[in-house]
Order: sequence, then structure tokens, then C-alpha cells
Amino acid sequence: MDYTTFLQILDSTLRLATPLLLACLAGLFSERAGVFDIGLEGKMLVAAMSSGAVAYLTGSAWLGLAAGVATSLLWAAVHGIAAITFRGNQLISGVALNFLASGMTVLVAQAAFGQGGRTPALSGAARFGELTLPFAEMLRPVPVLGPFYAEVMSGHSILVYLALAMVPATWWVLMRTRFGLRLRAVGENPAAVDTAGISVTRMRFAAVAITGILCGIAGAYMATALQAGFGREMTAGRGYIALAALIFAKWRPWGALWATLLFGFFQALAFRPDVVTAVTHVDIPVPALEALPYILTVLVLAGFVGKAIPPRAGGEPYVKER
Amino acid sequence: MAGPVSSAPAIELRGISKRFGTVQANRDICVTVPRGTIHGIIGENGAGKSTLMSILYGFYRADEGEILIGGRETHIPDSQAAIRAGIGMVFQHFKLVQNFTVLENIVLGAEDGPRLSTSLSKARRILIDLSRDYGLEVDPDALIEDLSVGHQQRVEILKALYRQAEILILDEPTGVLTPPEADHLFRILRGLRDQGKTVILITHKLREIMAITDNVSVMRRGEMVGTVATANTTPADLAERMVGRKVLLRVDKAPATPGETILEIRDLRMTEDGIERLKGINLTLRRGEIMGLAGVAGNGQSELLAILGGIARGTGSIRMKGRELDLTGREDGQDRRAQGIAHVPEDRQHLGVIMDFAAWENVAFGYHHDAAYRRGVFSDNAALRADTNAKMERFDVRPPNPDLAIKHFSGGNQQKIIVAREMERVPDLLLIGQPTRGVDIGAIEFIHKQIVALRDRGAAVLLVSVELDEVMSLSDRVAVMFDGHIMGTRDAATTNERELGLMMAGVTETA
Amino acid sequence: MRPIPRWADLVLVPLVSLLLAAVCATLVILAIGQNPMEALETMVAGALGSAYGWGYTLYYATSFIFTGLAVTMAFHAGLFNIGGEGQAQLGGLGIALMLLFVPFPHWSIALLAATVAAAVFGAIWGAIPGWLQAKRGSHVVITTIMFNYIAYALIVWILVDVLRPAGQAEPATARFAVGIPALSDVPGLSSIFTQAVPVNISLFMALIACVAVWALLWRTPLGYEIRAFGKSEPAARYAGIRPVRTVMIAMALSGALAGMMSINNVMGDSGRLLQNSSEGAGFIGIAVALMGRNHPFGVVLSALLFGFLYQGGAEIGLWTSIPIDLRVVVQGLVILFTGALDHMVRQMLSVLFSRRKVA
Repeated sequence: MDYTTFLQILDSTLRLATPLLLACLAGLFSERAGVFDIGLEGKMLVAAMSSGAVAYLTGSAWLGLAAGVATSLLWAAVHGIAAITFRGNQLISGVALNFLASGMTVLVAQAAFGQGGRTPALSGAARFGELTLPFAEMLRPVPVLGPFYAEVMSGHSILVYLALAMVPATWWVLMRTRFGLRLRAVGENPAAVDTAGISVTRMRFAAVAITGILCGIAGAYMATALQAGFGREMTAGRGYIALAALIFAKWRPWGALWATLLFGFFQALAFRPDVVTAVTHVDIPVPALEALPYILTVLVLAGFVGKAIPPRAGGEPYVKER
Repeated sequence: MAGPVSSAPAIELRGISKRFGTVQANRDICVTVPRGTIHGIIGENGAGKSTLMSILYGFYRADEGEILIGGRETHIPDSQAAIRAGIGMVFQHFKLVQNFTVLENIVLGAEDGPRLSTSLSKARRILIDLSRDYGLEVDPDALIEDLSVGHQQRVEILKALYRQAEILILDEPTGVLTPPEADHLFRILRGLRDQGKTVILITHKLREIMAITDNVSVMRRGEMVGTVATANTTPADLAERMVGRKVLLRVDKAPATPGETILEIRDLRMTEDGIERLKGINLTLRRGEIMGLAGVAGNGQSELLAILGGIARGTGSIRMKGRELDLTGREDGQDRRAQGIAHVPEDRQHLGVIMDFAAWENVAFGYHHDAAYRRGVFSDNAALRADTNAKMERFDVRPPNPDLAIKHFSGGNQQKIIVAREMERVPDLLLIGQPTRGVDIGAIEFIHKQIVALRDRGAAVLLVSVELDEVMSLSDRVAVMFDGHIMGTRDAATTNERELGLMMAGVTETA
Repeated sequence: MRPIPRWADLVLVPLVSLLLAAVCATLVILAIGQNPMEALETMVAGALGSAYGWGYTLYYATSFIFTGLAVTMAFHAGLFNIGGEGQAQLGGLGIALMLLFVPFPHWSIALLAATVAAAVFGAIWGAIPGWLQAKRGSHVVITTIMFNYIAYALIVWILVDVLRPAGQAEPATARFAVGIPALSDVPGLSSIFTQAVPVNISLFMALIACVAVWALLWRTPLGYEIRAFGKSEPAARYAGIRPVRTVMIAMALSGALAGMMSINNVMGDSGRLLQNSSEGAGFIGIAVALMGRNHPFGVVLSALLFGFLYQGGAEIGLWTSIPIDLRVVVQGLVILFTGALDHMVRQMLSVLFSRRKVA
């Protein structure tokens, strides 16, 4: 495999890792606050559909993004009401919202556009364009690093850079602010937060809302940047893979970056069976490559790559003890 | 915010009542706590002490009554309001975030501004002053999970002081402490009082009340029985007020007639999460004797019971009736039962029963493969129900309804069902942990009598209890555990509280 | 909060949840500019209005009983099996291998062998996530979802590269030599079902499975162990109930039930293995189990309801401009209200009951 092919794979790794990274950070906020969210998938899906639809109707990718975030927030709110207010089963709530997303997206897209549940193809300002980073062309001749900068780092939509910037931002918010301290505390020992006179409910809702926003961006990226429009079930399990990446990352922001890049790399490989065959000299069937990220997820979850300690109060509705 | 010094009492409660469903937790409580005193509130489990303090701390709202803080009527709808009113609370189960540092726990909820670094540096300065003023040394950068229980408690006190609490409430603070740690705590509390703070101490231990309080209020079944100056009362008087009648402090039992050796533990070790919980236990039990394991909770007693009961793994050797027991996890609780070991677990509701199951289903728990409860491959639920009915009658379980879910029974009746299940098969060895925790007085006597009766039928009993009184009055021999070791074994008839207390604190025996 | 009477908890809570889901679905239909009354009429007429409609409703219900029982079985062990879809498809693979490679003299023997194959394949696909949870601590919810995707890829590969007959373009196996009788072929019932209908004798197997699951859970020591473990793992350990064994048995039984669903659609209806043979029935099992309050007999009732929704949904997909995906929306709503917002429904009912007492 030559260097150019390698760079192409890394380039698509970054593209494919972006929605995973955003969803993973989304899950991180929720789970660090003690609320499991298996509904990342559904939130991404509704965001993808609504951003695709609104971007098409208004011709603006930015309005599409706003619509995606708004719909995702709506889904997050329902999860919050079920999981926090009514102390329902967080897993079941997530599953229900995923089904709801799966059906509603097709229903609405079909009713609005009549194209078999897809939104019309986007072009021009309705999509997030590719940004060329400064000096990308100037530095291209520099050996090894030049092409890397020009091919892999440069030439992505602004949402890719936003996702990357979210990693240090998440770390800073979590570890260096009052909000982060309280958020982490509420996921570890909500009783400590409650007795300190802070509302557990409000903290958890805030975390779930951030999850909604980040999933919204992830979904909008899928429909308006990675692809040109929404297609049915277009998230294809990315929400679940992001959850696995979160466990792999041990619930830490920088870990989330590396974990999602790894999963993105495997997804990128699945698109290039020719490269895989050339490197391994084995004719691997395409379905096997497609199953690879899921198999990797299973292996990660099985702890064959190290044991992770989840937030102590994760998944438990908070009930004041008598 | 230290208010102006006035003659008004720190706290005055007038006619506080609180009801949970059909349970009247507090009824018309009136009490006055003078400023700058240590005030004890004593009562049995379930007497309503904790509910009353939770109302004071804004966890619950009283149905009726009023609260006066420093002479002013104060409305306390939530914990934030209680903190503003100058009330700090140290709960029995600490409200600390285990993987946060001491400093982070102290500022949590009392931060200055959205950036954490400013809050932390300010807290560090104040913490140093507080530590010096009150003798509360603790490393501000240590993680809570690395601190001993005594130090974690200091962090809780510092949390309250950092929030400028004038009134400090401590709920059963010594349950988790060794006697020397408890003494240190008492010194701290006296220091706080001498600097003008008001301390409320909730406990069911008479010794503590007598040792440290200025005044004491006694609660019984949700009501305030009375408040007296500690100097004007005696332990016996307080005990009588708590229970409402004369209490039997000794258990009636004939001297033990120990028979053959039935259990031999040699060099038993256990490591969990990288911490060595048992560090070479040697212990021998004979038929017809009750061996009491004394010690502060968390010194390896639970692990020892768990290994004997087939729940946990260990290394070393345990011989039961001459046969080596498997410690590798190949044998489980059912194998142990088959070998004549019955087990009444320490944490009854968490381990001993399935709370959602009916009483009759719980009677089979652990014995569900028993031939008496089977008909072919199916369960014989009719036989099981009949057996439950009989057990309920013999053990006076109320209500005698086998179909009621076990969670709807009182603690004492739950324990009677478990004890009936484990004892009626007449095991060779009974493991029994905290037999009377959360159990009413009547049931305590009943359960103690059952244990002695089992001994007299030739069984060996291994009793674990954090109540030293219970261990001393029930056991024939007492072994003391500290930090995964057995510190020594004493004859229950000749030892005394002081000697055992020193051993519980890890002071090596000199005798 | 005042507890509500037991009968209300058993009957009213699911009914009110269903009502709330129906109200939401109505709003959705209105929102996309369609007529809910027309939709309901189409559904009732298409699913219940004729013996032919019933033939489809019961056909779907048969699948849903199996997958609903699968979810129920795992639920009682405290496990949430979302892998019914993959387990059902693997069950289909087991049936295909059995029927393609073994010659059977009579359909009844073939049915028996195919059932065993479906159960075994499904059980394995369920027991692996069970083992991973019990031994390795990987959460069964995410693992079973992953196993659905892996099963899908596996079946695609087998249908494209391995079992596809030469010269056939479609990714599917050859037709099986034997099938099972549809109810329209059964003497006595053929006077009711005068047209050929997909519902077949596996409906009776589903009902037998229901009784068997009930007896297992509430009338045997194994069922006792599964239920006790599901309520409290530490207590189960105390009682000598082995966690790894219990989790694996429960997940294997759950997978076997999901796998047996394929008797209905793969052997009974299509007569060959197709891509995505289970068509979402594995997921519907979640809604069926929650709606049926995780009781085998409740599962039968709610499977009938979902059979109606499914057949009715297909009819509105055909005859109205409402997309067939409305079925998935309703399914999501039912899971939401019965599974996640059940406390809300109880609180609502509790307010109603206490008001009535006061009045």
C-alpha cells in the first residue's frame, strides 16, 4: 500500500470518526452524570433527518444544523422526563426512543418529500463545504508531513474541526469548572450533591441537554456534510458503536478521541476491500469487513482490551433515602 | 455567619409531626437545644430520630409544627436552606464522592464562581485554618477512597464547618469507628462546643451519651419521651425510657458444654480488589458453643462469613467435620448447606431474601432444590406453603400470611423468617451475622433464645455482631478481629469491655 | 404516593399506556396530514374484517409470541435481550441447513428436526452475549445489538456466497423440499380459512411454548433460580445460585425461543431463507413483552394486538398514503409508555384512585 492510499484511508477515517466522536462525547456527558443513554442512535437519526429536510427547504446548512439540534434536544427531553423525572428504566427508554426515531424519520420524510423516506439531495450552501486549512497547498511539497497536512488534516467541513475542538473543551468543562465538578459528582454519588443543596434533577437534565446538542451536531454532520441528504437508517448503529467507544475510552474525553478514531479507521477499511486484500493477501468477503466494527465493539466490551470502571451511580435513578 | 450572641436557644422544635403513609414517624415533638452544648438524642432503631433530623436538615418537610433557629422561626424547605440557617449534618453513611479529593468534596456545592481553581485555592486556605483550630488534620489532596473511615468523617465535619455551620448534627457517628477513633471524635466535638458551636449527637449507644453529652432527649416510637440533663440520669434510667420497660441486659443461658471440634480454620487469606482482607485467620469451633466475633465493621468479619457460606473465595484451609471445604468457588452456598452449614447473612434485605418474593417463596431460598419441596421435576408449591404456615406459627411471624411479599414485613419478622429457614433444619454450624440489627426488642429476645437453644442441641454457632454488648452476652467465647487478623480469643465470662475494646483497636495483647 | 389496587396495576396500567400510545400515534397521523379515522377503519377491515385478514394477523402474532416470550424469559433473569432479531435470523439459518441437507420422509419429522435446529442456533446466538456478560462484564444490551448486525452480515455472506443456487440472482437459498401445513390446509379449519393464508400450525407450537415458559418460570426450581437471580444477584449468590450458569441458561432459552420464531416465517411461509427474514419481529418482541407485563399469557394477548397492528399497518401502507413505518412508531410509543414511563402512568392512576376515594 502506497503512502497516498494510506493518507486516503486516514482522511476517510477522520470523516467517519467525526459522528462517532460527537456521539461519544454526547454519551460522556450523560453517563458521567449518571444517566445511561442508549438512545444516541435515535437522536442522531432524527437530527440527520430534520437537518437534511430543513437544509433542503431553506438552502442553508446552518439552519439545517439548528433544526437537527432542536429535534435531538426534543428526544433528549423525553429521555430526561422518563429517566430522571419518572425514574423509568433508562435502557428501555433509550430503546423506545430509537424505534420512535427510526419510524418517525421515514414517516416525516415520506410525508414531506415522497421519495421513499429519503430527503432530497443537497447541494451548494445546503451542505457544509470543505475548508482548506491555511498553507495546505504551500506545505504540500514538504516530505511526509506536507501531504499529511494537506490530505488528512485539511479539507474537511467545519463540523469536523468543531468535533475535534470539543475534545479539549469537554475536558476543560468537566475537570476545571464548577459545572463539571457537580456533573461528575452527580454521576458518582448523587446523595453528596443533594445534601450539598444542589438539585440532582437539574444537573442531570443539563447533562442530558448537552447530550442532545452534541448528538444533534453528529446527526446534522451525517446528512449535511458526510453525505448529501438523509437516507433511512443512515446512522447504521453508530450510536451504539459510540457507546462502546465510550467504554473503551474509560469515560474520558481524550480517550474518546482515540477510541473513535480507531473505530473510524475500521469503518474506513470496510470501504476499501481492495486495500485490505492487497495488504493481507486474503480475499476477505465484504460482509466480513462490514461486520468488523461491530465485532471490534464486542471485543472491546468483553474487556479484552482492559477493564473500565463506569461512573458509580450510572443507570440508577436518584431516590432520596429515608 | 456567626450570629449575635444571644440567650435564645440554638434550636427549638415545637410540635413537629411527620407521617409516611400509615406510619407516624414523628408525633408532636418538642425539644429545646441550648447554644454551645452537646445534646444527645437517643432511641431505638425506628424511634424517629433520623426522620426528625432529616426534617431539620430540609430533607423532609414536617406535616405540622415549627422550627426556631436562634429564636427566629425558620422555614427549611431544602438542604440549601438548612445550610443557610447554619446547620451542618454528618450522615451515618457519608455523602462523599469517593474518587474526588478532600478539597473537591469540601467545595462541592459551596464554590465561589464558575472557575474551579479559584474555589479550590480559597478552600485550601480556609481548610488549613479549620484544621488547626479544631484538631481536624486531613490531607486536602488525598482521594476519599484512600482515607480511613475516621478521616472520611473528619472531611464531613470540615464540610459543615466550611459552610460556616453553627449547629452540627451527627447521626450515629461511632458505628464505624474503633474506640480510640471514637475518643478522638469526642475530643473534637468538645472542642467545637467550647468554641461556641452546638452539637447534636444521635445515637442508640448509652455509653456515648453518658460520656459526652450535656443534655439528652429520649425518643420512643416517634414520640419525645423527655429531656434531662445528663448529669442527672443513669444508663439504666435511659434504657428504661427508650424501651418503655425494664430491659434484660443479659441473655439467660446455661454454661456451654462444648463437644468435639467441628470447624477448623487454618491460615485463611482473602484478597479483594488488591486489598488483603483476611491475613491468615486461625479459628476452631466446637459443637455446643457460641463463638462471638467482635470488631468494628470492615475488619474482615464479613469476608470470613462469606467464605464459610460459599459466597466468596479464599486460600488456606477450612475443615468442616474433618472434611476439607473447597475455597476456589467450585462449591457454592448450596454445597455448604448440604454439609450442614446454615447462614443468616449480615445484610438481611440485600442477601438473605428476595424482597419482591412472597414469604413462602423466601422460605425455600437456598433450599429450593430440597426434595421436600419437589414433586418430580416440578416445585411442590403446596408443600412449601404448608411448611411456611407452620414456620410462621412456631416463630410467631406477623402477619401470618405466606403470600405477602417479604418487603411488607417488619425487620424483626423478616429476620424471624430467615432464622426459621436456617435453624429449623438443625444445622451443625450456624453462621449468623448482625442477628438483631434493625429488629425490635421483643424479637431480639426471641432470636437470642433460638440461638442458645440451637447451641444446646449440639450445634456450633459463629456469631458476628458490631454490638459489643450482644457479642458479650450471647457468646461463650469471643474472638476479636482487627484488620484481617484475629487479635485473640477470650472467655466471654471473664473478659470485659475494656480489654475487648483495646483488642478491637488493634492494640496487641500483652496477657 | 398511594399504591393502586392490584387489578388496576395488571389491567389498567397497560391499557392506559396503550391509550396514550394511540393518542400520540393519532397526533402523528394528523401531523403528516392524514386521516386517523380512515387509518383505523383500514386497519380493522384489513386485519380483522375477514378470515383472510385474520390469517395474516395470526401469522404475525405467532412470530410475536415467540419473540415476546424470548424477551420475557431474559427479563425474568434481569437481562434485556435486544438480540431477538439476530437470534431469529440464526434460527432461520439452522432451519435452512437442516431442510436443505437432510432428506425427510414426512413433514412432521422435518418440523421436529427444524425446530431443534432453530432452537439450537438461536440459543447459541443468545448464549454468547450471555457468557460475555456473565464472565467478561460486557453489557448484554449493547452486545446483543452488535450481534444483530453481525448476524445480518453473516446471513448476507452465506446467502450470497455459500447457499445461493447457481444461476440465481437473488440472495436466497433454494426452496425447501418440505413445508408445514397452513391452517387453511388443516381439516376442520379449512372451512374457516377458505383462501390460502400464511398462518400455520406453528401457532399451536407458540401456544405450547407459552405454557412451557410459564411452567418453567413458576413451577420448577430452575425457573425459581432465574427469577431470584433477576431480582438480586448478590442474594442469588448467597443462595448458591450460580450467576454464569443462570445467565447463560436464561439467554440460551431466550435465544432458542427467538430462533423458533423462524419455523413460522422461514419454514411455514417463505419456504426458503431470505435476507432479513425476521423483518423486525425480534424487536417487536420487546414491545410485546412489556405490554404483556412479562407474563406468558399477557404475551399472547399483546402479540395478538401487535399482529393486528402489523397486518393493519401493512394494509394502510397499501391503501392509504400513510407509510408502513407507522408500525415502528407505534411500537416505539408502546415501549416508551409501558416500559419507561410506567411510573408516570401509575402516578396518574394513583391520583385518580385517591380522588375517587375522597369523593
